[in-house]
Amino acid sequence: MTVAATFEIRFTRYLDPQGRETAALPSFASDPRALVPDYRAMVFMRALDAKAVAMQRTGQIGTYASTLGKEAIDAGIGGVLRKEDVLLPSYRESGVLMLRGVSPHRTLLYWGGDERGNMFPESPHDFPFNVPIGTQMPHAAGVAYAMKLRREPRVALAMCGDGATSKGDFYEAINAGGAWQLPLVVVVVNNQYAISVPRRMQSAAQTLAQKGIAAGIACEQVDGNDLIAVRDVVGRAVERARAGGGPTLLEALTYRLSDHTTADDATRYRSAEELKEQWKQEPIVRLRTWLHAKGAWSPAEEQALAKDAAAHVQKMVQAYLDTPPPGPEQMFEHLYARLPHAYAWQAAELSEESERDVEHHAG
Amino acid sequence: MSNITLVEGINLALARAMEDDDRVVMIGEDVGVNGGVFRATAGLQQRFGPERVADTPLAEGLIAGMAVGMAAEGLRPVAEIQFAGFAYAAIDQILNHAGRLRHRTQGRLSCPMVLRTPCGAGIHAPEHHSESPEAMFAHIPGIRVVYPSSPAKAYGLLLAAIADPDPVVFLEPSRLYRKFKEEVEDDGEPLPLDKAFVVREGTDVTLVAWGAMLHESLKAADELAAEGHFAEVIDLATLKPIDYDTVLASVKKTGRCVVVTEAPRTASLASEISANISEQALLSLLAPVARVTAWDTVTPMFRLEEHYMPNSTRIAAAARKVLEYQ
Repeated sequence: MTVAATFEIRFTRYLDPQGRETAALPSFASDPRALVPDYRAMVFMRALDAKAVAMQRTGQIGTYASTLGKEAIDAGIGGVLRKEDVLLPSYRESGVLMLRGVSPHRTLLYWGGDERGNMFPESPHDFPFNVPIGTQMPHAAGVAYAMKLRREPRVALAMCGDGATSKGDFYEAINAGGAWQLPLVVVVVNNQYAISVPRRMQSAAQTLAQKGIAAGIACEQVDGNDLIAVRDVVGRAVERARAGGGPTLLEALTYRLSDHTTADDATRYRSAEELKEQWKQEPIVRLRTWLHAKGAWSPAEEQALAKDAAAHVQKMVQAYLDTPPPGPEQMFEHLYARLPHAYAWQAAELSEESERDVEHHAG
Repeated sequence: MSNITLVEGINLALARAMEDDDRVVMIGEDVGVNGGVFRATAGLQQRFGPERVADTPLAEGLIAGMAVGMAAEGLRPVAEIQFAGFAYAAIDQILNHAGRLRHRTQGRLSCPMVLRTPCGAGIHAPEHHSESPEAMFAHIPGIRVVYPSSPAKAYGLLLAAIADPDPVVFLEPSRLYRKFKEEVEDDGEPLPLDKAFVVREGTDVTLVAWGAMLHESLKAADELAAEGHFAEVIDLATLKPIDYDTVLASVKKTGRCVVVTEAPRTASLASEISANISEQALLSLLAPVARVTAWDTVTPMFRLEEHYMPNSTRIAAAARKVLEYQ
């Protein structure tokens, strides 16, 4: 017998949970002040997230998928993508979208049941929030194919959760990415749970990153609670893809500190002890501790930031509340480039019905 | 003008579209060097290169999903699913994404893609190679479903489908691929979508059909004519949205209608069309609308397929019943 193939999966971390450096930092981190914008973004994400949960609890938006705990992944990815790249998010990626320039009130609109939450005029090539798990992965392969065909130095970056790696769509897309050497980066946000099903029940694979081995593409793990590590690893993968070096699969290890959504109750399937342990790993305190130790951040700045974040969140809430509700005719708008003649009567009937409803309520 | 088969009409339209528009790309299984298992893409890779005519890994969901991504990024992908029986894995992408992308981004992104697939029985193919899934696709909002019945229609409707700004599922009757030839001019002229074609005028009964069933219906119309009954035959061509203006005008004239489909009866397009005629033209009807369909069975393997597909005998028999109705 001989060995046909062997592989290893690298894991990158620069800051331990206590914010101490565990390795020589990449050059972008040599000036710690340069990471303050990322830190500010993470704090804002968390403030908006807390507000969104509260708004669901008070009936101001519908079911909401919290981003609690994945702020370093979102900030790290948002920080390295270029405007002309294309993000293909799952439904939990509002943090990255914010850094793509998309106004966070769109997140509230989206979870508030309004199609306009996916409009993203500030980042027009990015894909909308994706709910059917992993189905955005083949789109990413198609987007990357288009970029390569046109010889554009752009990258398609798709995000999904650990559960999505069990789907055929996931493998089909990374496999196609490898076969054509597409400018594709896939980031698996491994938050350890697909609703109630823990990572170990999702797959016997030792790491999710190694699924890239079967697709013949570069793959590695990164500490998803370490902003510096995420920025470094994603940044290298994106630039390699941009330069024609082919796709990368990244597994970012984190933990879902929230319920799956506001409709979920995680106490049904995981212990309070486990959650408490995981809070010791979370990304914001880790980065702040490091910034403090480097003298790049002060308690006064922290106080000012908390105030700023609260004010900005309030502005976003107001923008959401000030958006007039969609009219029923919106169902037929943008269904086709031009509504086929055969369906015109349906749109007309709907508008007559809604006018009658208005009169009825008025009367 | 050249005298060509239906599959050659497909090939001619694909070549014309690729020649006229750099954004048009072809993806699918064996569409490259091999030119497709039915040769619909023959010669295209040699002519336009392996980047624009690309063999994909073997994954139907990927093919449909990639087409969504390509279309949203500004290409005009034409994706081939080798047989309709394998298109079910692609329905997730068509339903959840292709048909919704424009609406759910409120017009920001769109999905001008074509998903082509051969369908229908009658070519003695293996299991899962003879399916008629048109009603499943027709149920999906935001898309079009088109089904040609001749070389000229294949050419003109496929050009229209590729130029259309929204997703089109283009179903090709494999039984007609090489059944007959027709003069087709490669003039780049599309035929209109969303429009049915009256292919034979008549006064006594309307036969509505598409694809291979159109030809069985025309044969039935010949039988009926020999008996002194003149059938008007409509080629529906676009199955979503349906051109009810043409169907209803004909039924109001003849007062009688038979709708024919090669797909199973329950929740078929024949049922949908029949229901619409009853709603919109009840007082013009001289008899209940009849449906001639395949049975509510799985598509049988080919030794029994002749008993599965409707034929001219069954269509003529249904028409006689409708004509004799008191």
